[in-house]
Amino acid sequence: MKALPIPEIIAVIASLGLVVSSLMVTVMRNPVRSVLSLVLCFLFTTVLWLLLQAEFLSLVLIFVYIGAVMTLFMFVVMMLHVDRKMLTEKFVSYLPLGIVLLLVFVGIVGYALHGHHFPHVTRSLPHFPDHYNNTQVLGTHLYTQYVLPFEIASIILLVAILAAISLVFQGREPGTKAQRVKKQLQATKKNRLVIMDIKSEKP
Amino acid sequence: MISLTYYLALAGIVFGIALFGVVLNRKNVIVLLMCVELMLLAVNINFVAFAQFLHIQAGEMFVFFILAVAAAESAIALAILVLFYRQKQSINVDDMSSLKG
Repeated sequence: MKALPIPEIIAVIASLGLVVSSLMVTVMRNPVRSVLSLVLCFLFTTVLWLLLQAEFLSLVLIFVYIGAVMTLFMFVVMMLHVDRKMLTEKFVSYLPLGIVLLLVFVGIVGYALHGHHFPHVTRSLPHFPDHYNNTQVLGTHLYTQYVLPFEIASIILLVAILAAISLVFQGREPGTKAQRVKKQLQATKKNRLVIMDIKSEKP
Repeated sequence: MISLTYYLALAGIVFGIALFGVVLNRKNVIVLLMCVELMLLAVNINFVAFAQFLHIQAGEMFVFFILAVAAAESAIALAILVLFYRQKQSINVDDMSSLKG
């Protein structure tokens, strides 16, 4: 008896899940559900990438995307009070255009992937030996050949942090109990400490 | 054995669904941004599939950089969105018409 093709079954399940959850991202009326289905999309993609033997990137997808970016989205969705009734109106009027665009795009992709347009499709996935380390290979490339793009990416992230903070931060409101370092450093013993004379009494 | 074409077709379908979402969601900019993230994810699937099937490590590096830039992009976009919400009390695309002549 032939053994079950387990990786293929997992891949088919994961890709079906990916398509369904990405449809849910677009169709869900509640933004919170959209965010959660996008998280589901990333999880299914992680499964697919693990099957493609790209372990490091799939873990990065979980840590960076689900852990950081999706949490950020969730924060913003929770922060903005959006009237849900207003969101549902005018939904249907764009539906035909959307479906036509979807069909046209998928048709173009299907045509482009058709046999003779695309000579590389016969290649198969390589089987790496047991001691192959995906993280090590990526790191070696990253710190030798791609050092400059790596540093530019870090600068882009720094600029993004500064831009996001400076855009949203409005300065401290009066009366909030935030730490004020300048005031703390200027404080001396004189304006904090009071020595009082208390008469001692017999109980 | 799963072929390269399978992954490319899957990425194409996901990208098409994201495009569909961009057209459909005219009321909520957050969902629009999420559809853009979905597009980037589809492109990343393409990159990883090509990198593994053609034995070129540069594809995986590209995915790494795309992830970094996408994180920066969504941070700034959400900051701008919060600013817009403070001004107009809505995140409707149709309300973003201040620059209309």
